[in-house]
Amino acid sequence: MDINAILIALGVVAGVGLVMGIVLALASKFFAVDEDEKVLLVREALPGANCGACGYTGCDGYAEAVAKGEAEPNLCIPGGSSTAAQLSIILGVKIQELEPKVAFVACGGDCEAAKSNAIYDGIKSCKAASMVYGGPFDCAYSCVGCGDCASVCPVNAICVHDGLAHIDPRECVGCGKCVGTCPKHIIKLLPKDTKTAVMCSNIQKGAVARTNCKNACIGCKKCELNCPEKAITVIDNLARIDYDKCTGCRLCEENCPTKCLKPIDFMNNKIG
Amino acid sequence: MDTFKTLAAILLTSVLVNNYVLRQFLGICPFLGVSKKLNQAVGMGVAVTFVMLLATAVTWPIQMFVLNNLGLEYMQTIVFILIIAALVQFVEIFLKKFIPSLHKSLGVYLPLITTNCAVLGVTINNIKDSYGFGESMVSSLGCGLGFMLAMVLFSGVRSRIDESDIPEHFKGLPATLIAASFVSLAFYGFEGVVDNLFA
Repeated sequence: MDINAILIALGVVAGVGLVMGIVLALASKFFAVDEDEKVLLVREALPGANCGACGYTGCDGYAEAVAKGEAEPNLCIPGGSSTAAQLSIILGVKIQELEPKVAFVACGGDCEAAKSNAIYDGIKSCKAASMVYGGPFDCAYSCVGCGDCASVCPVNAICVHDGLAHIDPRECVGCGKCVGTCPKHIIKLLPKDTKTAVMCSNIQKGAVARTNCKNACIGCKKCELNCPEKAITVIDNLARIDYDKCTGCRLCEENCPTKCLKPIDFMNNKIG
Repeated sequence: MDTFKTLAAILLTSVLVNNYVLRQFLGICPFLGVSKKLNQAVGMGVAVTFVMLLATAVTWPIQMFVLNNLGLEYMQTIVFILIIAALVQFVEIFLKKFIPSLHKSLGVYLPLITTNCAVLGVTINNIKDSYGFGESMVSSLGCGLGFMLAMVLFSGVRSRIDESDIPEHFKGLPATLIAASFVSLAFYGFEGVVDNLFA
């Protein structure tokens, strides 16, 4: 055992380390990837809820698209207009207003009003329940009440009681996840300043709708005839409100025979 | 024909009989850490297989031509660790530049592999079993596939565990480790199978 053995070992390890170090240093120089500073800035301005309301895979995906100019800066719904303003400043473009929206369950068929035809005792999921003869209620457009929407809500704004999903408009960020989840397609995104809404989605004929649920819209057209702004039209036996025209005069609510047109105040959590 | 037989035997042995995770208990950390979901398990398995092949391709010549010639066999572990760590880092930089999509999906796992003892185990065992270069490569391919097999099987087992009603005290890691031991026992059934297959 002489000093040479130690020196050789030392030299080999140091040599291997040195070669590897040089290779890595060169690699990091030649294979360097320019990361867009804009992406990082945009990403920081976003709320980071990863809700997907913008239509991208998450905040990271949206940030990349915005920085590349592929997406409008006002698509982030949870961030609202303040985020849109921040993004516009980062990108140096004009601010575009974003209309805040709130999800709304267009159904008034609670346990009392809607006639039930069976007791569903399966998996607690609206999707599963609605596969069994169209759900536990006579009305095929009724809220099933198993809370599929509540389970996808990223901000826990939805609760189910009395067989009907209720969305707290003060918590709702308007991401629209529940809209896509509802197997009955009865959740809608309404403007935050909505004053009147139709709490029914049934497009069956009036008599049938009425037999199935006391609170159903029967398509009688009284609201359509009485509306001074011509904001309501009945299509397929269901009243539909044009929110660009509605002034909130409440004439339609007074004339509605089944009271399915309800006064709405999202700001103060008053629905119906 | 004989070489083919030998290579096939090495491949099957390293996949089933000498499975690194379930028989030799190497690489347990990623085995428990990344086996929660099937697609992650597959991603990790692919990454490990790739790094094992690459590491063997580099360490085998270094052992044969540098360490053995200089009489430095005892420095094997340190030199191999150094090489594997640098190699993984290089692969990461390379992927980031040229295949960003792959980097994005493997990105999390690559640093984990740096310190994966299964990779070091493969390279050292190849030398210990005095395999040639071709045999070493086949053996590391088999070990990588075996690792992936174990990960994929166990991700299935874990999803079953997650859904089943187990006592409070066993929830989480205890149940997972017990399940891992059963899967490991199952792999003992392969003992002798490959030897008789090619006998």
